[in-house]
Amino acid sequence: MAKFFSITIVLIAIFSAIPILRHTWVAPEDISTHGALIDEQMSETMAEAGISFLAAQFILALFIWKFSNRGPDAKIKSFPGGAKGLVIAALLVVGVEVMALGVFGVKAWANVYLDAPSANAMPIQVQAGQFAFYFRYPGPDGKFGGLHPELINEGSQNIFGLDPEHDVDARDDIVAAEMAIPVNKEVHLLMHAKDVGHSFFVRELRVQQDFVPGLDVSLHFTATKVGKYEIVCTQLCGLGHYNMKAYLEVMSQQDFDNWLKQQAGQ
Amino acid sequence: MRTKQTLIALMALLVFPALLFAGTISGKVVYTGTPAKQKPIDMSKEPSCAKQHATPVTVETVVAGPNNALENVVVYISSGAPDDGQVPSQAVTFEQKGCQYIPHVLPMHVNQELKVINSDQTSHNIHPLAKVNREWNKSQPPGTPPLSEKYDKAEFISVKCNVHPWMHGIFAVLNTNHYDLSKGGGEFKLPNLPPGKYTITAWHEDYGTQTADVTITGNETKDVNFTFKAKAY
Repeated sequence: MAKFFSITIVLIAIFSAIPILRHTWVAPEDISTHGALIDEQMSETMAEAGISFLAAQFILALFIWKFSNRGPDAKIKSFPGGAKGLVIAALLVVGVEVMALGVFGVKAWANVYLDAPSANAMPIQVQAGQFAFYFRYPGPDGKFGGLHPELINEGSQNIFGLDPEHDVDARDDIVAAEMAIPVNKEVHLLMHAKDVGHSFFVRELRVQQDFVPGLDVSLHFTATKVGKYEIVCTQLCGLGHYNMKAYLEVMSQQDFDNWLKQQAGQ
Repeated sequence: MRTKQTLIALMALLVFPALLFAGTISGKVVYTGTPAKQKPIDMSKEPSCAKQHATPVTVETVVAGPNNALENVVVYISSGAPDDGQVPSQAVTFEQKGCQYIPHVLPMHVNQELKVINSDQTSHNIHPLAKVNREWNKSQPPGTPPLSEKYDKAEFISVKCNVHPWMHGIFAVLNTNHYDLSKGGGEFKLPNLPPGKYTITAWHEDYGTQTADVTITGNETKDVNFTFKAKAY
């Protein structure tokens, strides 16, 4: 019975590794400049975690195979040096591995978060609220108007709480329910939540970032391929979470300029 | 037979003296200035609603008609006519269609039955933001039978949908049956008013309220017009 169990463990381990090794589930096409590094990091993590997983399963199977038929009087051998040494050794091995993943991962991370966006990056503000995303562009003056949460009124589509009556900067701000960006231009995304925690996820962009109420989160990226992609909320945020999505339209610069003009005219 | 009919008519007059001297107040609601441009609503994330609208949908905060007419103004007797306490037996209905509330402004009597209908292929969660009355919100998946509710205190209640942030409507819960909602030409009419002194209030969701005092002496029609100042933003 123990031998059967041992073989089953080995088979399960091998079969679960096969689809990963054969790349059965491919990631969606990458449309960002930083995505290759993220993908590389994901494969490295998968390889390291996969090797550790297989090793652990094989050792478990080996021990079951070898020691399951011990008689009741057999002496139990302890690890040389006692359990203390074993725990320290395990912590070191796992710790070094996790640290190494982190250190090598910084370059992928820095691209999106740590390095400052370039001076001509286009700022777009995104506000997440139950259950929709809204995007704000500064308009021709290049300045965002101030935010006044007490003025938020979705019924009259004052989504961000702007005060155009007193605030000149807010008058030309463009607010849209879809996010249009020019291709091959860096975008600086300024994120905040109106109510609860949400998340901004575009698979093809390799960007997934939580909104945390009370925090202004910022990141930057460059999209490299024209097309329409889905932005979804990947943080369970309430009743309408399933329906919380928007679209990202990556356009040529000219199409984008036209889109902006059209939005401004509305 | 004839005697009986006459008797009934006489009795009716005794019970409802208003029928003898039924005054009417009518008029128009207009605005001065230029109203803010009504912002468009992007429903693309709800395709089943978006495809119901051939022309772009805008918010309905200010609905202006020809010759500066102002639509969706609740005009009602706010004092002078004691509430006759008669709650209409007919329910008022509030429909969710194309991810909009129809009508945008719904006047009703205190304790009158309110039916909420979902005609869309998507779930709605209606949430009237009552402050004086009890606040509630209810989910209504497609195909759900109408919800039935009532409000026991007079209040103007802003209504939102917890699923579709752009949806917005108003419940005007009133202590009187003498009310009207201004139409496309800004016109309104309050008929069947017994003689007396009245205060009429006109309420608009963005431009606020205005009042006028009117005295009805007999079987007459009094003209009352309201002018609101439009907000540029």
